[in-house]
Amino acid sequence: MASTLAEKIISAHAGKDVKPGEIIVTGVDVTALQDGTGPLAIQQLEELDMVRAHNPAKTVLFIDHAAPSPRKELSNAHMSLRRFARETGAVLSEISEGVCHQRLVESFVSPGDILIGADSHTCTSGALGAFSTGMGSTDVAIGIATGKTWLKVPETIRIELTGSFSKGVYAKDLILHLIGMIGADGATYMALEFGGPGAEAMEMSERFTLANMAVEAGGKTGLFAADSRTRAYLEERGRGDDFREMTPDEGASYARIIEIDLSTLEPTVSAPHTVDNTRKVSEALGTRVDQVFIGTCTNGRLEDLRVAASILEGRQRHPDTRLIVTPASRDIYRQASGEGLLATFAAAGALVTGVGCGACVGVHGGILGDGEVCLATQNRNFQGRMGNAEAFIWLASPATAAAAALAGEIVDPRDYIKD
Amino acid sequence: MALRGKAWKFGDSISTDHIAPGRYFHLRTNLPELARHVLEDADESFAASMAPGDFVVAGRNFGLGSSREHAPRIIRFAGVSAVLAHSFARIFFRNSINVGLPVLEVDTDRIDAGDELEVDLAAGEVRDLTKGITLTFEPLPPVMVKILKDGGLVEHFRKYGDFNLET
Ligand code: SF4
Repeated sequence: MASTLAEKIISAHAGKDVKPGEIIVTGVDVTALQDGTGPLAIQQLEELDMVRAHNPAKTVLFIDHAAPSPRKELSNAHMSLRRFARETGAVLSEISEGVCHQRLVESFVSPGDILIGADSHTCTSGALGAFSTGMGSTDVAIGIATGKTWLKVPETIRIELTGSFSKGVYAKDLILHLIGMIGADGATYMALEFGGPGAEAMEMSERFTLANMAVEAGGKTGLFAADSRTRAYLEERGRGDDFREMTPDEGASYARIIEIDLSTLEPTVSAPHTVDNTRKVSEALGTRVDQVFIGTCTNGRLEDLRVAASILEGRQRHPDTRLIVTPASRDIYRQASGEGLLATFAAAGALVTGVGCGACVGVHGGILGDGEVCLATQNRNFQGRMGNAEAFIWLASPATAAAAALAGEIVDPRDYIKD
Repeated sequence: MALRGKAWKFGDSISTDHIAPGRYFHLRTNLPELARHVLEDADESFAASMAPGDFVVAGRNFGLGSSREHAPRIIRFAGVSAVLAHSFARIFFRNSINVGLPVLEVDTDRIDAGDELEVDLAAGEVRDLTKGITLTFEPLPPVMVKILKDGGLVEHFRKYGDFNLET
């Protein structure tokens, strides 16, 4: 039977060919918790008297959402994660390590794996050719202790990409465009599978951005084939042995095929308060911006910081617009520092913060005031997301974000890119 | 068993940020306190004014956003007997079953705020007593019925010590 990527990975785990709609109990290879969802998961295991990790080396607890801790309740929550790691041998990713999804792709997830994480953007690892999906604390708790979960095999929407991005257009613009097209529930219960020559030509950083936002269309995961770029990515991290080729079969059946010619796309933004409320940047020009935030598991990677720095270099942020830059992980921080990017941001008037989720989720580090407008490179602009239901969040690429920081309003990034 | 209460009406795209706002992140280890803010960013008066047994009635894609299980947990903790919506986001739906909160996909257009509702889970019926109409909902997948009947996933494991989803 010809299989999609999702079907192939789940079939390999189930030891039989699976079909969409089928419900199976399957082994999981990697499990993950973060500091917002972890304490509840641990509490469930304590109640069940099942405080253990089936595969400690691939059970990872991340302290990233509230890192470093801004208040004692969260410090105590962090203590419960550290204690669980000590007791079970699970891996603890400390405040200095970075955002869970970035750390998962850097060090823990391999092509062909099944990963369940108690964080909705767990789908990010799908870019490595793994079946990775977000679940709640209890589901992941059970996965940690038993090494198993139950899954409904999803149908797949194939996103067939051709052509290449024109100047000033990036993977973020593509994913916002796609979500605007199919809607925030356009892929509910389904997997997104990106393919075609446009996808094959993409850097891993671009693939991560796309897979990361699959859940914003309701998707269970976002998948890419594991190919030579995936191999190179793993090799660079000393993980060449973890590579396995993963491709969908010729003739696999899809619920829907969406073709997109990348060269037709333009810089795109999501307007408040839903991700699918998208428009071209040209339709949002002049929107005042009080805060620009560049970072997160969507767009806090080295390649993103390079793009932003190239626009900000030798320039100053608008006096009424503050700029926060948060590298997603420690490796990214070190490389960005080595390349002088962090100094470029500082010189342009940015606050460069430590690694982690930073301002993304409204816990600390950049909460908005009443009526304020933030343009962010993150994946969500829900009302209240950045800590204030009276504020407004726009989503954009790092280039559009950097340009807005200079102009104090939404502008076309193509006017700010140096040749 | 029939559930009975008043309808609280919400719109489309009620996110987990509406239900359990990030600014209360520090209360995630304190569900009773967090529950006092349930749905605060969608309807400020809800938590203080709802009565146990009432229903949350919403539009499309209820519960979209994060995987925070705290969202269905505090809805249940507040005493809501079920959430009725046109459609649900996937993770929220699964979390609700895991924590024992009934979530029903039903055409909610004709239900207005304040309507007196009666929900019969077994019969798959919502009776709007104020309007004198009966709506039907899609039965849950058998796997979920099993987990819900056991009282959630933790209780399921307490009972069987493993997944026991054969139906
Ligand atoms: S960066 Fe934002 S979206 Fe990503 S894991 Fe952290 S809080 Fe969630």
